[in-house]
Amino acid sequence: MSQAALQRLKERFPDAVTEAYTGPGGDDVALVKKESIEEVCRFLKSDPETAFDMAPYITAVDYMGSEPRFELVYQMYSTTRNHRLRLRVGVPESDPVVRSVTPLWKGANWYERYCWDLYGIRFEGHPDMRRLYMYEEFVGHPLRKDYSLRGRQPLIPERQVDEPFRGPGPSGS
Amino acid sequence: MSATSDLDLVPAIATRREDALSGLEKMVSKGLGWARKYSLFQYPFVTACCGMEFMAVAAARYDLDRFGAALPRFSPRQADLLMVVGTVNVKQAPILRRVYDSMADPKWVVAFGVCASSGGFYDNYATVQGIDRIIPVDVYIPGCPPRPEQVLDGIILLQQKIQDQPHKLIDREKPALPAKG
Repeated sequence: MSQAALQRLKERFPDAVTEAYTGPGGDDVALVKKESIEEVCRFLKSDPETAFDMAPYITAVDYMGSEPRFELVYQMYSTTRNHRLRLRVGVPESDPVVRSVTPLWKGANWYERYCWDLYGIRFEGHPDMRRLYMYEEFVGHPLRKDYSLRGRQPLIPERQVDEPFRGPGPSGS
Repeated sequence: MSATSDLDLVPAIATRREDALSGLEKMVSKGLGWARKYSLFQYPFVTACCGMEFMAVAAARYDLDRFGAALPRFSPRQADLLMVVGTVNVKQAPILRRVYDSMADPKWVVAFGVCASSGGFYDNYATVQGIDRIIPVDVYIPGCPPRPEQVLDGIILLQQKIQDQPHKLIDREKPALPAKG
């Protein structure tokens, strides 16, 4: 879909782009180093040949057991050129801090909050780094693979229910 | 409770006056129950997809109005039937508790759908495993979502329950203090 954009990105950042390939279904993917993600994004947005003016989806993946443990996935789209590109950024567990791209795309604001809330990846330079889905009292990041599946953290005391066919209470494992 | 007098210790011997009074109370209770079961003002606490089915029940084809339970009040102060329709998660539980506490007595609660009844298949970090862990529930309606016929059946069951409950014209009992939260 956007071989030209991928090629241009590789030429411009030979060090930052570690790998580039076309996945099944024709998606063009580039693996980018964590340190240079902001620079790469700024280039992709401002360059008239790529012109990615929209970042419709940013999410994270937890590959527990491998290094780097987390991976951020930036899906971007150009409304003027009508092409798409996907960036994958490995994030190590020891230092889960990435530069924010919210100053570039305002739409990235809640996606980055989502990644902080559910995966615990912090974004430097984000204007409002709060949880998105869970409440402020919540401890931990529930979509991490090492978070307990039923680790409920109730806000108010729950009534006792003696029902053998029901799932365990708030903190059941 | 006031201090116990000697009269309280005397074994209960029903006099004709007490007989007559309790008969009257029974009649009043029956009448009040009849009136209350046919004028259920409901507060729809709709959080999820079951709401669609709830609308179908309230609309013309199934017509909840036939049972006197059609008029939704969007203030808990004016409602006496709390319909919890859909998944309630941990973040919402204090809100549900607060809505329940703001309703005036007498009040009833219906758990609509399997998520409200038991958490359904959402046995995860975010979902309350049945709203009866938060507030007492009178009728559970299973189904994902329940058929409108099931809902009507649940409403009829609730009406029977209300009719069988004792009702008083004036209740001098102190209401239970609302839970914190």
